[in-house]
Amino acid sequence: MSKKKENRFEDSLNRLQKISDQLESGEVGLEDSIKLYEEGIQLAMQCYSTLKEAELKVTELKKQLELNIKN
Amino acid sequence: MNKVLSVSEITGLIKQTLEEEFSEINVIGEISNFKAHISGHWYFTLKDSSAQISCTMWKGINSYVFFTPQDGMKIIISGRITVYPPRGNYQIDVRSMKPAGVGELQAAFEKLKQKLSAEGLFDEKHKKPIPKFPKKIGIVTAIDGAAFQDMKSIAARRFPLTELVISSCKVQGEGAAEEISKSIKLLNQEKDIDVIIVGRGGGSLEDLWAFNEEIVARTIFESKIPIVSAVGHEIDFTISDFAADLRAATPSAAMELVTPDKDELFAFIDEFSDYFPAKMLDIVFDLKDNVDNLISSYGFKNLADVVKQKNQILDNLLFRFQKGFENKLLERKNNLKIIEGAIQSFNIGNTLKRGFTLIQQDNKYITRKNNLVSNKKFNIKFYDGDTKINE
Repeated sequence: MSKKKENRFEDSLNRLQKISDQLESGEVGLEDSIKLYEEGIQLAMQCYSTLKEAELKVTELKKQLELNIKN
Repeated sequence: MNKVLSVSEITGLIKQTLEEEFSEINVIGEISNFKAHISGHWYFTLKDSSAQISCTMWKGINSYVFFTPQDGMKIIISGRITVYPPRGNYQIDVRSMKPAGVGELQAAFEKLKQKLSAEGLFDEKHKKPIPKFPKKIGIVTAIDGAAFQDMKSIAARRFPLTELVISSCKVQGEGAAEEISKSIKLLNQEKDIDVIIVGRGGGSLEDLWAFNEEIVARTIFESKIPIVSAVGHEIDFTISDFAADLRAATPSAAMELVTPDKDELFAFIDEFSDYFPAKMLDIVFDLKDNVDNLISSYGFKNLADVVKQKNQILDNLLFRFQKGFENKLLERKNNLKIIEGAIQSFNIGNTLKRGFTLIQQDNKYITRKNNLVSNKKFNIKFYDGDTKINE
């Protein structure tokens, strides 16, 4: 689940960057600009809360697995 | 004649003498013909400029040596002399081994570095890119070491969205190189590790030596997952650093290299939500200005005048049209009357012209034989005149 969430974070961030560039370029019409802007604000809010609420997870790889390695 | 001894007897005496006399010796010399046998035992020759002696170091004991011996390396060994009667030779049974000086390790380092470099293990083309937003970061270090604590706190501060997966191992002393190698392989068996940090905190050259071992370098090279090497302090370079996809000066620096900075991400997000509302207003106002400018431009002003002018013309046209229409109507009406009158006479005249006649009696046209009173006066109407009958 966390994997999916983090993927989404990266995707959202990339999308936000793209929207930002598009709006900045000024080559988008008014209606599209407004759509992009709405999407962007949505993504910004999502990213913000995801990052705000994140807590570092630490796991230790189980030693038994070593048996699988021939060395 | 002196007593005659059998070969076994004399060999036995030599064995006893040598092994008693040289039961604890330290010898300095250069390694040659080093062989690590598949059984785990080591066989090599120790030599100087004018002599040489065979050595063995048994499996189990040799695992305590922190470095892998190489031919040409000058070492100091401790051990004892043993005699092997079936072959009639003697050798040193080595119990411990250390480099004759720091220079020896450095020489070994250079030698291995050159060897692996020649094989292409350090080539730039093999370097894998480090992902920007790692979901899982594999860590190969001692779980109870300061390096791991440092990495943990930096990850928590910079990018808590990530997960650290540690495969704990010894990072110095006997067997460390093998454990490090094993941990890297373990992490490679996991499916979703994005990057691995291999490292430890600072220490002496001896402490860091495991990271200069060939086995570690080769495992790093073979890793499918990108590896950041982070051994010791800024000044320490290890073979691992060269084999890795990226070298970091310290474990903390490695963690900073593989994680995006949360604060920078916040800044980016903030920038978007702060900047773009204003930007959107700008866009709208710009468009509004454009419309205003267009409307008040000469083109549009002119157009308004044109419309007014055209209106006038239209009114005029309408007026004239109306007038003209009324006149025409009157004219038509008059014409119609004239034509109406003409039609009948013209048509009858035409018929008469072709030779037909009309019979008129008592001011009526007689169109049937029975209606004619033949002895009464009537009038035959020809085209060119009338003929009166019975007058």
